Amino acid sequence: MDWYPLYNSIRIAAVSTAVVFFLGLLAAYFIAKLPRPVKGVLDVVLTLPLVLPPTVTGWLLLMLLGPRRPLGAWVQSAFGLRLVMVWWSAVFAAVVVAFPLMYRTARGAFESFDETLAEAGQTLGLSNSWIFWRVRMPCCRQGILAGTVLAFARTLGEYGATSMIAGYTPGRTATISTTVYQLWRTGDDAGALRWVLVNIALSAVFLLALNLLEARRRTGRKGGGG
Amino acid sequence: MALSVDIEKRLGGFHLAVRFETGNETLALLGASGCGKSVTLRCVAGIMTPDEGRIVLDGVTLYDSAAGIDLPPQRRRTGYLFQQYALFPNMTVRQNIAAVIRDRTRRRERTEELLRRFRLEDAAGLRPGQISGGQQQRAALARILAAEPRAILLDEPLSALDSFLRRQLELELAEALASFSGTVLWVSHDQGEVFRNCSRVCVLDHGRSQEVCGTEELFRRPETEAAARLSGCENFADVLPSGAAVKVPGWGLTLECGRPVPETIRRAGIRARHLLPAEPGAKNAFPCRAERVIQDVSSAIVLLRPEAAAPGAPLLRMELDRALWAALPEQTNLTVSVDPEKIMLLREP
Repeated sequence: MDWYPLYNSIRIAAVSTAVVFFLGLLAAYFIAKLPRPVKGVLDVVLTLPLVLPPTVTGWLLLMLLGPRRPLGAWVQSAFGLRLVMVWWSAVFAAVVVAFPLMYRTARGAFESFDETLAEAGQTLGLSNSWIFWRVRMPCCRQGILAGTVLAFARTLGEYGATSMIAGYTPGRTATISTTVYQLWRTGDDAGALRWVLVNIALSAVFLLALNLLEARRRTGRKGGGG
Repeated sequence: MALSVDIEKRLGGFHLAVRFETGNETLALLGASGCGKSVTLRCVAGIMTPDEGRIVLDGVTLYDSAAGIDLPPQRRRTGYLFQQYALFPNMTVRQNIAAVIRDRTRRRERTEELLRRFRLEDAAGLRPGQISGGQQQRAALARILAAEPRAILLDEPLSALDSFLRRQLELELAEALASFSGTVLWVSHDQGEVFRNCSRVCVLDHGRSQEVCGTEELFRRPETEAAARLSGCENFADVLPSGAAVKVPGWGLTLECGRPVPETIRRAGIRARHLLPAEPGAKNAFPCRAERVIQDVSSAIVLLRPEAAAPGAPLLRMELDRALWAALPEQTNLTVSVDPEKIMLLREP
């Protein structure tokens, strides 16, 4: 059995989650501070990929990144890089689709953060970045962790936009989800079943790890007293 | 070494215009809730920006709209004590203090010194959520001093506490501030707190600051109705000056004031404690009917209607020691008096 789809899926999910983590946090941090009407508009724009069908997102991405489209053509000529039909094309799809999950959960966490903590830090001479990483982030840890988990799960299972922008090339762009579809389409139900089982195992391991993490944090907090 | 503030800020329909100067002393900003005390404090600390004006602390311009200066809070060196203390909940008391000490080489030593000084040795390894309110206040004060501020700003430091803890923490706070040599701004709506802890006071009324005066002076002879109210005065009435007396149409009285009354005076105030059952021959004695008696913890509060009062005039509030009230032979129709000196003549701000 060729394990490439498993490797590729995990690689795409890991890279996309890392990108979404920082982009989502940044967006959440700055948008949480904006006045209400501006926030409303940006909220709609940034959450749109969550409610759009993945094929619509995929088509829009192709229109932007395709080799004969403005951005795709420019990158091709300037850096000699193809943006579609390679393994990291799937990263674009996964990032766009998973971004709203991270953004919305992190923003919720930031909005419930007690701003007087940040203000106190400022008057005490602590830099804004210190306050962000040492106070705001730890205080919002729960929401941020939840957002990251949701984003990772979403990127791992991404199919629609991925199949459009990265296609299915065995050994190059194949992921678990595209492989299952391809095997079923060609009537190879046994092959499809193998990958379905792999996917179920992967998801179970992921959820188990998450529960362990949760349990350890809870006991850790209890152990601290309070 | 001093703080000078002259700022304006508009917030929706609210217009704040505050001006005061203070030296190395504890100045109270006294005002009812919503009068702009906290906004003023936040503008000084730099966590809010005024629309225009100037703030100078110890010769350093913190804010000057004309010169385009607006120092970030980090560079203002003002220690701000928040009502809920704003200790970082994810860190221990020791980490909270150590984090703000600038000089890395002395960080350890300074932290331990402050922990000792504020009797926080036992709490040092605990998080803010695990220690008492008193320890939290001490930790917050230690953290403020660790940052070596030029001024300390207290935002209603005792308002959120129940009365027993409040008295205890007030003593601790006063003790901690006694060793601080810079300016202290103490925001409060509680006259007693101000009287006990501050040497001078600036009254804020609907976003406007009044002249800074000595605390004693504010309580003995407040100049405006807002100041009188904040100093705890209960009875107010419209008056007409008449030589060394005022006519009070609402109560149907003419009250001697023992001093010439300026022509501009239109309001007067009398503290509930200054109304007394009249001794024979007392000045400013007038007959009243007791409409209601409220028994307080240590005093009786009697609501009086002067016999000549106009219909609908507010009742006069008299406060007596319970024993004194109980010993009065007549508790319905009685004659009360007020010392002319104790009548507060109030001008428009």
